[in-house]
Amino acid sequence: MWRYAIPVVLLAVLGVFLSRGLTLNPTYVPSPLIGKPAPEFKLPALKDPSATVGSDVFEGQLSLLNVWATWCVGCRQEHGFLVELAQSGRIPIYGLNWKDDRDTALQWLDRLGDPYVASAVDADGDVAIDWGVYGAPETFLIDTDGTVLYKHIAPLTAEIWRDRFVPIITEKCGAFPCPQGGPGRQGFDQSE
Amino acid sequence: MSDFLSQFRVFAGSRIRLSFALSALTLLAAVGGAQTPETLSDPELDARYQALIREVRCLVCQNQTIADSNADLASDLRREIREMVVAGASDTEIADFLVARYGDFVLYRPPLQPNTWALWGGPAAMVLIGLIVFVRVMRSRSGQPLDDDELDEERGAIP
Repeated sequence: MWRYAIPVVLLAVLGVFLSRGLTLNPTYVPSPLIGKPAPEFKLPALKDPSATVGSDVFEGQLSLLNVWATWCVGCRQEHGFLVELAQSGRIPIYGLNWKDDRDTALQWLDRLGDPYVASAVDADGDVAIDWGVYGAPETFLIDTDGTVLYKHIAPLTAEIWRDRFVPIITEKCGAFPCPQGGPGRQGFDQSE
Repeated sequence: MSDFLSQFRVFAGSRIRLSFALSALTLLAAVGGAQTPETLSDPELDARYQALIREVRCLVCQNQTIADSNADLASDLRREIREMVVAGASDTEIADFLVARYGDFVLYRPPLQPNTWALWGGPAAMVLIGLIVFVRVMRSRSGQPLDDDELDEERGAIP
């Protein structure tokens, strides 16, 4: 009798693998950076080319690094939410302006609002490679000690923010937004 | 009849337009495929560089190597690898550099490690299972009479 069960079991196993395959996103590549220190960089700032934005901005506060460009449709899509998130004052957002044109980028921020505390200009894409960026937009959540906590690939939405980011932040500092004087607030107050 | 003719004209016209479109496409493909020659002057280093970029996946287009891809990121990665080759980095160092940033998926030849054992061992395991099944079936049949005898017995059984 058991010999008749073999094909059924094999078919079931195959079915499990195939149905799992259907729900996976083949364009999603998990980042090996999660849990590792954020790659260091020092780049000119978008608004003031003589100033620099470096990876030291992540120290002492939970923050986001958002990889964006004006040629990126997904970035336009998520921009409204980023502006909203920045205005809520819950977490500082830093930008990595990836292989973009400075003037176009500045016009974009003028027209659509600037959610970034500061944007670093990565004109030749070297820093993006260090961060394992393979498309835009990508958003990294960075811990107070500069460890990469999470990476989101694709435009950010209120749902993704609530379901993926908020739980990690809540786990890190007990509440979201981080309590007054806690890592999250402090950083944002400085920028204000 | 004139209806038929006018139909034909439209058809002929679309044929011409189609051929125009096709030649335009061919031209575009030729332009798209023509990359600026990215070679290194030292033939030994260049051979290594050319081999390396054929082992690295372009994550934007996934089923192309960075040697084949025209994506911006692919050209950035080629530049990075060229610089590393010139600076004297070994193939392993370059592979490690890429894996640290993009994960194992960036390599077309996945490394042998616990989470790829099934991938590397799977085909061999399948062949082994097939052989075991084959041998068992053959053995269990070896004691049985041949088909012809079976047929004769059955025939004999019919009154």
